[in-house]
Amino acid sequence: MLTWPEGGITEVPYQIYTDPDIYAQEMARIFCGDSWAYVGLEVEIPEPGDYLVTNIGDRSVVITRDEQGALSGFANRCAHRGVKICRHRKGSSRMFVCPYHQWSYNAHGELRGVPFIRGVQQQGGMPEDFDRADYNLPRLRVTSRGGVLFATFSEATPDLETYLGDTNATYFDRVFDGRALTVLGYSRQLIPGNWKLMFENIKDPYHASLLHVFLVTFGLFRADQKSQVRMDPSGAHGLLISQRGAQKQSADTQDIQSLKENFTLHDPRLLDPVKEFPGDATVVMQTIWPNLIVQQQSNTLALRQIQPRGPEAFELAWTFFGYADDDEAMTTRRLRQANLMSSAGLVSADDSEVIKMAQDGVRPYASDYSSAKGVLLMGGRGREDENHMVTEAAIRAFYAHYRVVMGL
Amino acid sequence: MNLELQWRVEELLARYAQVLDDGPLEAWPELFTEQCLYQIIPRDNFDAGLPLAIMRCESRGMLMDRVRSVQETIVFEPRYLRHHITNVRIGQVEGSRLEAVSHYSVIEVLPDSLPHILSVGRYLDVLEDRDGVLRFLEKRVVYDSVLVPNSIIYPL
Ligand code: FES
Ligand SMILES: [Fe+2]
Repeated sequence: MLTWPEGGITEVPYQIYTDPDIYAQEMARIFCGDSWAYVGLEVEIPEPGDYLVTNIGDRSVVITRDEQGALSGFANRCAHRGVKICRHRKGSSRMFVCPYHQWSYNAHGELRGVPFIRGVQQQGGMPEDFDRADYNLPRLRVTSRGGVLFATFSEATPDLETYLGDTNATYFDRVFDGRALTVLGYSRQLIPGNWKLMFENIKDPYHASLLHVFLVTFGLFRADQKSQVRMDPSGAHGLLISQRGAQKQSADTQDIQSLKENFTLHDPRLLDPVKEFPGDATVVMQTIWPNLIVQQQSNTLALRQIQPRGPEAFELAWTFFGYADDDEAMTTRRLRQANLMSSAGLVSADDSEVIKMAQDGVRPYASDYSSAKGVLLMGGRGREDENHMVTEAAIRAFYAHYRVVMGL
Repeated sequence: MNLELQWRVEELLARYAQVLDDGPLEAWPELFTEQCLYQIIPRDNFDAGLPLAIMRCESRGMLMDRVRSVQETIVFEPRYLRHHITNVRIGQVEGSRLEAVSHYSVIEVLPDSLPHILSVGRYLDVLEDRDGVLRFLEKRVVYDSVLVPNSIIYPL
């Protein structure tokens, strides 16, 4: 399929951003393999019979709460002739009926009804040996932690706690601490780049202090601030942790050409953060294999779900949330700070734009096997935790795990 | 029916499109009142009563901050936009305050691609008529095209 360059995790072949065969392997091994994919929030399906439709990789799935209130899920494609069964993104139903020939399934994707199974007036019907139990839909295991739902197609995926590892579980619980969540709204964008470019971006503190002029200008994220990158032992998951500074120039910011010292806001309410989590960190960006980014930037909280759409595009589905016990001022603050994020974000638009530029850059060169590779040497060659931002260690860790799962 | 008012609202919307598509972008905040609310809201949030907007400016100052960010801080590919605003209907008129609804679509042209629709939806506007000048007190851009093609840099 591909020979990985000699530089190991310090080099990334362009081919993995464009090749349809590698993409097909990724869907099978990464998204539908031994991984817990983020699929939604408990508050989105609070009652028995509620369901939501989302994607794991590029595969549509239905996540359900059965009549006893237990979480379940199944592949959203009819066992008969493959029709996508659920077309609504959310709803409530005891039975899931395919629109084409009305085969019906329960909340676990078990086939319950087949119209005309015995034929009509002694004509037609299914063969004698037709057994509905042979046509249940691929089932998902669904689990919840702190109100966040994860699903897996595999029986071999270890429990979520083990899967996340201690450090990542601890930071996950920092945001999802048991308080009831409130969804503030959704935002969706289709980014014309390979899905891994999104993970690279969020695991890359080096760019954050250079590309994001807005963050740098207002001291929300800068190379001279106290910060860390931390990974789980496998390298699959990562944390980028940082502490807010002031809007000022220091010796270390000389390299940052883009710093706008004299940019002051006409309306400073846009950036009016208040401390709400224990500890000193003001930004924690967590990446959870294979499809989730948990964003805590000041008071704006969001889950960003990565849904690949072929090798050269992915949907980034944002769910902005707060807590049920937020007061009105906090909700307004979260809604204001959301200006920094998603498709029109003062910060995030830099990322979606630069991901497109990366895809545009690598596409025509991807088949030039000898030289077509990205370089990940900032901060050395290791993939261990670091106490600074000038490192690509978290991306190297990601690719260490990627190569194991993909056998590359 | 007040034809003159209809004409003035359409003129404001045409000016709105002009400053965004052809500039100067600095003129865009001037079309709003000092205290105002501008929001770009995905239609599914709007229909579900969810408050999240992808762009939210709560004063003319915040609109000016957005303009300056587009000009100085956001890194993006160059592009042309073209607004088309139709089906303009004036709703309730109360003293100096009036409501107007219209449909819009915005076509985007990126350097190496054919034109495509960036956004389609409706404008839900509240206008103030003061000293012979119409301005936006509130503008909600509710977009049907909920899956955004990459980024929205300029206001819609
Ligand atoms: S395809 Fe679903 S019932 Fe025929
Ligand atoms: Fe970024």
